[in-house]
Amino acid sequence: MARAVVELRGCTHDYGALRAVDRVDLTVHEGELLSLLGPSGCGKTTTLNLIAGFLEPTAGRIVIDGEDVTHRPAHERDLGMVFQSYALFPHMSVFDNVAFGLCERRVPKAEIAPRVRDALGLVRLEGRERERPAHLSGGMQQRVALARALVYRPRVLLLDEPLAALDKKLREEMRGELREIQRSVSITTIFVTHDQAEALGLSDRIAVMDRGRVEQIGPPREIYERPTTRFVADFIGASSILRGHATTADEVRIGDRLLRVAGPRAFAPGSEVEVAIRPERVQLATAQRDNVLEGRIVRLSYQGALTEVTTEVAGGQRLLAFVTEPAPAPLATGQTVRLHLPPDAFTVL
Amino acid sequence: MILRLAVLGLLAFMTLPTVVVIAVSFNPTAILSFPPAGLSLRWYANALTYPQFQRAAVNSLMVTGGAVLLALPIGTAAALALERGRLRAPGAWATVLLSPLVVPGVAAGLGFLIVAAFLGLLQSRVVLIAAHVALVLPFVVRSVWVSVTNLDPALERAAASLGATPWRVFRRVTLPLLRPGLFAALLFAVVVSVNEFVVSLFISTRVNEILPVAMFTYVVNYTDPTIAALSTLFIVATFLVVWAIDRVVDLSAVFLHHR
Repeated sequence: MARAVVELRGCTHDYGALRAVDRVDLTVHEGELLSLLGPSGCGKTTTLNLIAGFLEPTAGRIVIDGEDVTHRPAHERDLGMVFQSYALFPHMSVFDNVAFGLCERRVPKAEIAPRVRDALGLVRLEGRERERPAHLSGGMQQRVALARALVYRPRVLLLDEPLAALDKKLREEMRGELREIQRSVSITTIFVTHDQAEALGLSDRIAVMDRGRVEQIGPPREIYERPTTRFVADFIGASSILRGHATTADEVRIGDRLLRVAGPRAFAPGSEVEVAIRPERVQLATAQRDNVLEGRIVRLSYQGALTEVTTEVAGGQRLLAFVTEPAPAPLATGQTVRLHLPPDAFTVL
Repeated sequence: MILRLAVLGLLAFMTLPTVVVIAVSFNPTAILSFPPAGLSLRWYANALTYPQFQRAAVNSLMVTGGAVLLALPIGTAAALALERGRLRAPGAWATVLLSPLVVPGVAAGLGFLIVAAFLGLLQSRVVLIAAHVALVLPFVVRSVWVSVTNLDPALERAAASLGATPWRVFRRVTLPLLRPGLFAALLFAVVVSVNEFVVSLFISTRVNEILPVAMFTYVVNYTDPTIAALSTLFIVATFLVVWAIDRVVDLSAVFLHHR
């Protein structure tokens, strides 16, 4: 296992009576990119501000590189940060913005110019040194902010929704580029986002946060395929959650149908249970198969590559299925279809 | 048509006092009459050589200079505290800082006079400077405050994350970004202080009186156009100052739409 670079130990932060971060334990390993993902108000930005040193935790400790930095001010933590608004200094040229961290570290003048040039080269912004940030496009400002945070080789890179202010196309481009740059300088990175596609596509690991707590932490695939809590199943991707009665350790009855569930967690027979399933795992059943529910189509939404089919199954529960286009048979609202739910596609909540 | 006449009337009304004073200042005769009977610079010579005016000009320079040098840092600190600080009652602090705007000059003047007499400082410029600091502070605080509210706190955080100590953050980020507000504050402070009359009258003696007070004393005793000449010089000087500052910072940007 790689060395732990950032550790939060039982970190709590209160804004007055409001608990924004609630006993968070988190370890970020050397060179990895960890995303803090969650809806607004989940405490992810507060957590980042605790690490950056802009806030002090109400309780708990923060350790960076083995040193306790809980009470150390931001300017002594040697971290690099990119802000959502970029926070470029409007009264300075691109060069002076990027050189800022080097000047504060008393790097000799002769060394500053080549290092700034290298950093701007890394983000492909050569030749823009003399311009003012306001004269650059959003994407370019983003790159300057990244160069400014990387130029002095900080111990950790903190990214606070760095792509949120860009339009969709540019955001996707920058996402790939960000990942390449992060890999090429192999810097430990903490990335705050509310965009699950961003988190899934960029991260080595994701920590899903809700109401100040880390709900689940793991690699993107694990988070997506094996959500451990109802919140994660609901927040990441679109999950249908079905309530049923457990008849045995691996069977659940929904309406008059018995479904077999193969997962890491078994049921307590006789109890009411909830299972979640991803819409892309639900298949239109053509031939007679087991693990089938009958559903009446209540809404169809054509998306080009696929159609989102919302059905109502036994007991009025909703089940969402993604049908890859072209669909095997024409679909219409009101029509009853048979839906196959593979046993290994379920997550027990 | 009626509208145009109304606009012309308003323009005339606003500029007439200035025009009259300038015209009278060139009058060769010794009475303050209008229209002037000819053209002469003798009252300008008189104004510039009158010893009490020279002394008052030095006093004005010292009082305004001292007041501005004190009020700018105090007002800037106050504006930052009002916007950023964790004050228990920011509203109350703001009211105290802005109160000289609504306290009648006579009341303030009397108050400063009593304090000056009590401290035995009637002959010195100290109380005058203190009074001027209080009087220009509302303008300084307001001007800087607007710039502070336009200042993105993320910029200061960014500077800190880049390794700048709080003092360096202030020097390299906060202060440069407050520049428009500071220039506006400087301009207001100079204009208000140079023209201040009521409060200064209360706490001035022949030794430390500033120009407006000296001019008033002159008018009470003599009625020749010297005072009109001096007023004209005053107007020209003010214009030059505003023009010079406008060359450095775009004042319309400061006053009309803050950033």
